[in-house]
Amino acid sequence: MTSRRIFLRNSALAMVGAGAAPLWLKRALYAAEAPSPRQKILVAIFQRGAADGLNVIVPHGEKAYYDLRPTIAIPRPAGGGKREDSAIDLDGFFGLHPALAPLKPLFDRQHLAIVDAVGSPDPTRSHFDAQDYMESGTPGLKATHDGWMNRALPKAEGRISPVRAVSLGATLSRSLAGSNPAISLETIAGFQVRDTQAAKQFQDMYAQSKDPALRAAARETFAAVSMLQTIQNQPYSPAGGAEYPRGRFGDSLRQIAQLIKANVGVEMAFADIGGWDHHANEVGQRASEGQLANLLTQYGHALSAFWCDMGDRMADVAVVTMSEFGRTAHENGNRGTDHGHANCMFVMGGSVRGGRVYGKWPGLEREQLYEGRDLALTTDFRDVLGELVAAHLGNPTLKGVFPGYAPKFLGLVHHT
Amino acid sequence: MDKRTLLALACVPGLAAIPAITAASKNAGDDRLFLKPIPNSQRIEQALSRLTYGARPGDADAVRSTGLRKWIEQQLNPESIAENPVLLQKLQTLDTLTMSAGQMVRDYPTPQLVKQMVAGQVPFPADPDRRMMIEKLAARAERKQGQDQQGDPANPSLKGPAFQPLAELLSRDQIRSLRTGTPEQRVAAFQALPPDQQDDVLGAMPPGMRQGLFAIAPPELRRKIEMANGPAQVVARDLMEGKLLRAIYSNRQLSEILDDFWFNHFNIYLEKGADRYLVTGYERDVIRPHVLGKFRDLLEATAKSPAMLFYLDNWQSAGPNAPQPRGGAKKAARGLNENYGRELLELHTLGVDGGYTQKDVSEVARCFTGWTINQPQRGGSFTFNPRLHDTGQKVVLGVTIPAGGGMEDGEKVLDIVAHHPSTARFISRKLAQRFVADDPPAPLVDRMAQTFLKTGGDLRQVMRTMLESKEFWSEGAWRSKVKSPLEMVASAVRSVNGDVDFAFPLANQVAQLGEPLYRKVEPTGYSNSSEEWMNSAGLVARMNFALQLAGDKVPGVKVDTAQTARPDESAGIALGSPDFQKK
Repeated sequence: MTSRRIFLRNSALAMVGAGAAPLWLKRALYAAEAPSPRQKILVAIFQRGAADGLNVIVPHGEKAYYDLRPTIAIPRPAGGGKREDSAIDLDGFFGLHPALAPLKPLFDRQHLAIVDAVGSPDPTRSHFDAQDYMESGTPGLKATHDGWMNRALPKAEGRISPVRAVSLGATLSRSLAGSNPAISLETIAGFQVRDTQAAKQFQDMYAQSKDPALRAAARETFAAVSMLQTIQNQPYSPAGGAEYPRGRFGDSLRQIAQLIKANVGVEMAFADIGGWDHHANEVGQRASEGQLANLLTQYGHALSAFWCDMGDRMADVAVVTMSEFGRTAHENGNRGTDHGHANCMFVMGGSVRGGRVYGKWPGLEREQLYEGRDLALTTDFRDVLGELVAAHLGNPTLKGVFPGYAPKFLGLVHHT
Repeated sequence: MDKRTLLALACVPGLAAIPAITAASKNAGDDRLFLKPIPNSQRIEQALSRLTYGARPGDADAVRSTGLRKWIEQQLNPESIAENPVLLQKLQTLDTLTMSAGQMVRDYPTPQLVKQMVAGQVPFPADPDRRMMIEKLAARAERKQGQDQQGDPANPSLKGPAFQPLAELLSRDQIRSLRTGTPEQRVAAFQALPPDQQDDVLGAMPPGMRQGLFAIAPPELRRKIEMANGPAQVVARDLMEGKLLRAIYSNRQLSEILDDFWFNHFNIYLEKGADRYLVTGYERDVIRPHVLGKFRDLLEATAKSPAMLFYLDNWQSAGPNAPQPRGGAKKAARGLNENYGRELLELHTLGVDGGYTQKDVSEVARCFTGWTINQPQRGGSFTFNPRLHDTGQKVVLGVTIPAGGGMEDGEKVLDIVAHHPSTARFISRKLAQRFVADDPPAPLVDRMAQTFLKTGGDLRQVMRTMLESKEFWSEGAWRSKVKSPLEMVASAVRSVNGDVDFAFPLANQVAQLGEPLYRKVEPTGYSNSSEEWMNSAGLVARMNFALQLAGDKVPGVKVDTAQTARPDESAGIALGSPDFQKK
């Protein structure tokens, strides 16, 4: 339980000189660089609390699934009027939870791939440890100081945007923490010191602070604030008729879209959505009701709105989702599920070979379960992330991103 | 500081100049710094910065005249300190803070409960004014539903008194007087209305107008407006306001910090169902009385609290022979729930590396079957239901708990884990991380853990070991931590002697800095480490809050800028400066 180290960021950021260059010049520099080749962008989404993957990607072709979950299983795909209360078939064996209907067109158009029976090989069932391992990218290793996304940032050539790595929320996510500059922001509009005179004074004071971590954090902050100034007060209207759902997660994705489209140099973005720890009353009277359905409705709508909003720009973007572990294959005594093992991940984007469920299905018969209770793991989450880093972002140095592990690619990404 | 000390300080690497150091070498330097005492002249400042929510003007002198040692002893015995009458007076309007959960449920009902009251399934509050208010709320809800469904504002099926449009209730002049004039004039215009008309007027006001009045209202009127907005919200607001007021005004500062520490250690999320009404009693009756007592007592109090039983689902957990609920096929078979068993071991006692297995988790969960709640949605209380209990034999951490037991199975588990060496270490390290340094030196943690084991988990003695340690008073600890958002906001108000009339806007500030109070969903609680709070979103929010507060622009707080020698601009700069973020 050693506390994580504070990072001393490299000062390559000095390019912007924290306000030294006039804003139009900075903007012009990025704008000039942006179009060709367009920057590849990776958006990572964390479902905190351990989503019940077996009710998200429903193995409706597996009899044991229905035996293990007599009251909370999602019914087999059905025609006619009951459609909203049963799984939406994907490939004859797997189906989507009915609340994820907005994602079905993305799957059909092969922009959305699913990886199933995937996750962290570490056996922990602690939320905290499992999230920590997944975000550090080093299962079982608590001493890792930085996050996989920070390490995965391609080696910078020339100028670095102060907003190349952005974490949505009031704190910086573990995935993005590290020696490369990374910022957190709750809203683009609120990300400014409201008094310019005072802002200048603060900037000087923090630059002289004796605390290296505060000094670095402030330097990055002021550079990013100045970068975002011009888009701050412009109203943003999503394209393609996209309607983001109300709530923090929809807001996060909408703002990520806004940042990407503003061409300010975003390469990595992170957002999270909590509340998946459904130990009791996971499913309501019908599959389309209850806690899991409500959360998935928000989740699915936000992802589909993001896809609509990004339009052609989706060619440069890959979105990947994860959750710390799955949940027990059997339901527990309270119409919920307890902490389990393997889960599912979603990968979405223009370069993604979608329309398929990837990963070897381990089965749900008793002897096939992990420790006799959970979905077994057949794919390491680093195989998915590693392929995205290498094939999508074009960062070939995976050794540094996932030390001690050689990701095996599933062929999720079209090689260009 | 004499010359020798200065010289010695200058020789400590990483102190005089800050080179670009790696994490590893910084750590080695830190260990040496924990052996290096701070000058005597800094000890009072160190005590105030770690054992209070920041020094107010004059605090250092007060400690000096009491004597530092005696002041610490007083803080370790909070009942010996007379509470600040200003605090007690300010807490008075927050009446839910002293209510039982059952009373809160009736007096500040959720919309569902309001419906049940109207339908006669649940009794109304005894107080006739409150009953009237709730009937009006129900009527308004029904009226709104009627409009939504049929587009017919004059739904004839309406029962009871409804809110009339504002124009029917008041004359044009009256409406104008509520909208214009100084805040005092507008409040006076409202208060001049007949008391029985005030609720109707509040209900009929457009939301913007009601919020405008709210911003300038004195405490009793604020209460009325909060009720009109939705009574269930009041409970959460009272909790947050109470927390801020205590942090800012209490004379028992260490006790307040420990209350925050232990609530966070045994974290509960306010918005999980019944917990909306259970958190108040949880903090007041479960956490607060035990923060300087025996850990075993604190642990049992949390284990038996309806708030924890609900939050970690144990109230529904049942053994294999539990009677099954009647009902259709969709009614679930009742059975085991591991949630509490796991968090008890991982987060409350042993720590994740404390040496337990998945098997232990299940066995502990079996021991706690039957620990449940009477009527959780009505404010509930702890009860043991033997019909839900798994009476088979269990083995927990190598100890056999024989078959045939009842409630004592869970109590035996508490005995085992409360006095376990892993628990002693885990709790000691966490306290040292909060009070001494982010990465506290191992020898200090060991000594605290020894005290824990020797005294049967006496938390006052563990604190004493820490406060008498050289590490607490060392250069390694000195100004090494970044304030949490709550600490930042409370210490800023304290440092400028702000007068808090309404604390809710301050609670919003704490949330914007990254720490929504009572709203950490995960049982892990917030981190006690500085790193959590050092990021761009938090920094920008801190600077903005500093400027707003010093400029006397935070609603509900009056800051007398004339009191500070410098113009208010520089007070804002000081509060937003890197130095002020540290403690």
